[in-house]
Amino acid sequence: MSVIWLSAIILSISLGGFVLGRRRALASTGGSSKKLHSLPVYYGSNAFMKSVVPAFGILIIWMLIQPFYINSQVAPMIPADAVETDVNTGLLMSEVRRSAEGIDEAVRSGMLDEDFAGDTSADFTVMTERLKDAGQIVTTQFSAPVLRAAQAYRKMSGISQTMMTIVVIAVAIAGAAWGVMQSDRDFRARNVVEQGILAILIAAASVAILTTIGIILSLIFNTIEFFRLYPAADFFTLLEWAPSFSGRGGSSSLGILPLLWGTIYISIIALLVAVPIGLYSAVYLSEYASARVRGIAKPLLEILAGIPTIVYGLFALLTIGPLLMSVFGDDGTGWMGGGRSVMTAGIAMGIMLIPFVSSLSDDIINAVPQSLRDGSYGLGATRSETIRQVVLPAALPGIVGAILLAASRAIGETMIVVLGAGAAARLSLNPFEAMTTVTAKIVSQLTGDSDFASPEALVAFALGITLFVLTLGLNVFALFIVRKYREQYE
Amino acid sequence: MTDASLPAPSERRQHTSLIAPDARTRKRKAAEARFRMYGIAGIATGIFFLIVLLVSIVSSGAGAFQQTFINVPVYLDPAKLDKNGNRDPEEMSKVSTFGYSPLIQNALLNIVNEQSIETPLEKGGDMKALISASAAAQVRDVVLANPDLVGETVDFRILASSRVDGYLKDRVQREDVARDKNIDAEHLDLVDALLPVGVVEKTFNMAFITGADASESRAESAGIGVAMIGSFFMMLVVLVLSLPIGVAASIYLEEFAPKNRITDVIEVNIANLAAVPSIVFGILGLAVFIQFMHLPQSAPLVGGLVLTLMTLPTIIISTRASLKAVPPSIRDAALGVGASKMQAVFHHVLPLAAPGILTGTIIGLAQALGETAPLLLIGMVGFIASNAPDGLASGLLDPNSAMPAQIYEWAKRADPAFYERAWGGIIILLVFLITMNTIAVILRRRFERRW
Repeated sequence: MSVIWLSAIILSISLGGFVLGRRRALASTGGSSKKLHSLPVYYGSNAFMKSVVPAFGILIIWMLIQPFYINSQVAPMIPADAVETDVNTGLLMSEVRRSAEGIDEAVRSGMLDEDFAGDTSADFTVMTERLKDAGQIVTTQFSAPVLRAAQAYRKMSGISQTMMTIVVIAVAIAGAAWGVMQSDRDFRARNVVEQGILAILIAAASVAILTTIGIILSLIFNTIEFFRLYPAADFFTLLEWAPSFSGRGGSSSLGILPLLWGTIYISIIALLVAVPIGLYSAVYLSEYASARVRGIAKPLLEILAGIPTIVYGLFALLTIGPLLMSVFGDDGTGWMGGGRSVMTAGIAMGIMLIPFVSSLSDDIINAVPQSLRDGSYGLGATRSETIRQVVLPAALPGIVGAILLAASRAIGETMIVVLGAGAAARLSLNPFEAMTTVTAKIVSQLTGDSDFASPEALVAFALGITLFVLTLGLNVFALFIVRKYREQYE
Repeated sequence: MTDASLPAPSERRQHTSLIAPDARTRKRKAAEARFRMYGIAGIATGIFFLIVLLVSIVSSGAGAFQQTFINVPVYLDPAKLDKNGNRDPEEMSKVSTFGYSPLIQNALLNIVNEQSIETPLEKGGDMKALISASAAAQVRDVVLANPDLVGETVDFRILASSRVDGYLKDRVQREDVARDKNIDAEHLDLVDALLPVGVVEKTFNMAFITGADASESRAESAGIGVAMIGSFFMMLVVLVLSLPIGVAASIYLEEFAPKNRITDVIEVNIANLAAVPSIVFGILGLAVFIQFMHLPQSAPLVGGLVLTLMTLPTIIISTRASLKAVPPSIRDAALGVGASKMQAVFHHVLPLAAPGILTGTIIGLAQALGETAPLLLIGMVGFIASNAPDGLASGLLDPNSAMPAQIYEWAKRADPAFYERAWGGIIILLVFLITMNTIAVILRRRFERRW
């Protein structure tokens, strides 16, 4: 039975509980809701909640645990000598799962009858033929032990499915019955239901925590796995990034320094573009512009912030790149070898960051008390003198915070560098050369064909954790500065 | 002795007229004007970049909405398509698209001869460069659907090859053709001659908006429609999950949470999650949903889950702001007439905050719709889906792409004809984003209450 049907059954049981609970409560007072402790709807909700929450809870947990349990039961069925040296057990298990699904599919389409599919003494070659006839893809990995394991897998998941259905429906009925039995004139249904709702609210709030834990755990476990295959010292100190695509590690040099350099170089160029433009815009908008100009210019600049990064990436690749090539390329000064370069990505990223810098600085400049300006004007300073010598120094910590936030954005940006910066990792000072970044390499290492257990793929998690720590550190530091600055004037 | 520091009367500036400014005042005024100019220049540069960006999007992408077609009556030769003559679709399906290509090429050659156009291209095979590789499949599908058409001459409207299309859109120049082995200058002359007689025509390209992606060699038949459906299902998941979870979390934090350590941790956590690079969410999705939970790769469901986690902080932050904007007097009044705290929040505060919550949600969804990086990691990129999904389950679980990922895929390909598609895709994406943001702004204007 599919999960959708099961959910529908749980829901209808719970709805039944709702109706019965409400009716029973009303019946206990002879139909007068005034003599009840709570409104009738709360008695129904109580039964509904007691049925739905545990039933779906068990359903979800069961579905999460089932694959692990079955895997651990099926894995020993495959003899060690059947596993070829270049195939690890993880891959073989996914082959088992795939074969099981293939058999399922063949049974469903009627090409394979259920008895034969489950028959553990069925001939391997016959089964292969039948599967091929049914249009299933049979790979070279498919062997007799895999077939047996797949059959066992099917059988166990079938049993598990049936058990899950029975348990879940039983729990739903028991919960509904409990809720209905509780329904009585003196039962404090509202308090119970509100406690339940509060628990749901708390669970929702902790999703954020779970996300963070998930991020940290998935990064840490895979990074540890990576460092088991590849020395950590090399990762942090090697000046070369050259993953080999043929073997399983060994010949790869995976040094993070060239990637970090590319990331920082591109970010610096982006900030060189964004900070002056953004800062001057913010100063003008908050100190000089009339309300009308401000009302037009500010939303226009903020459109830049709403444009997806893929658009900037394409803009870098197809507009900025060729433009730079026509000036600095072979026809011009000859500094540039191709359209993709640090400059290309840096400029596009700078444009993206302009509204980020300007709106943050705008807020901060506006937070500087008017009395400081008035004092300066009273001493005869001009507007620009006031801004340069009074407002900006007062706002400096906040502006530094804003720039740090922009830097963290730049470091974590992916699409612009994937499209605009190139793929070659190098340590160079020429901004017209193609370089690559941490984020671009995470994408290329995880979207390639290499298998997930190889150091070439796992290195992406080590890069990810570096990125996470770097951006998080910058953010926490920047927020700390901004907050501290705000308190100063409140 | 303070007098000693004063300048001697003889050194005092001579002309202190109020009308004619002295050198120092002029300098200060010039500095003032300069500074002001810098500010204007800053804003002007920002707006200039915006205009350049929009102009290059529209000018490069508009071409994707037009497509060159060839109107050609094809004689469906029974000798080629149905050798046994019994019109059995089963048997006819053995004739591959290679059997159809010569028919189309000869049909086009016939037109050229009928119109008595002077051209050095005399063989049917020479016409190959004009016709899209997908034309044969188009004709074949029609024939297999109606086997009785064999033996007749049927009018077809087939796609021209991407080079011909590019020539009519000024993407392919005559100078470039010399180096191009796919097409020659003679072909372009022929196109020029066929254009006035209506055999070759450029019309609105509906297939781009509704169609699926095509392989590398058939840029002319690539469309963004299926990726659009993938994006739609992803947004469905994001909406269904992030709105209730986000609102519930915000209500707890804003209305019920006690001021303590745990609450602080949650709040700091949400603020930091909002700033985590999106690619890290992609890593999370890959590790947790695909490697750990074995959800299907490339499925919009997984994409939706990842984007949900990414949009949650945005929605929580904006929902909390709108809950905070509801004045405490509303809560006090509700509590005063005997409502429980839960009732006060759900019956009174939440409805009043609803427009703000909705606005924040739409903006969060718009952000999620344009996000690309995490989708690359969970495999929602590449030439994966060629058919629109049928129904909810296949829409959520079958491999599909998403609009921004499809644009990225096109941008990566070697043929410049795909760049036009990428820009065209961006136009469609931006139309969606602009619509969503406009709705958000209207909602805010229409329903926002100032207390």
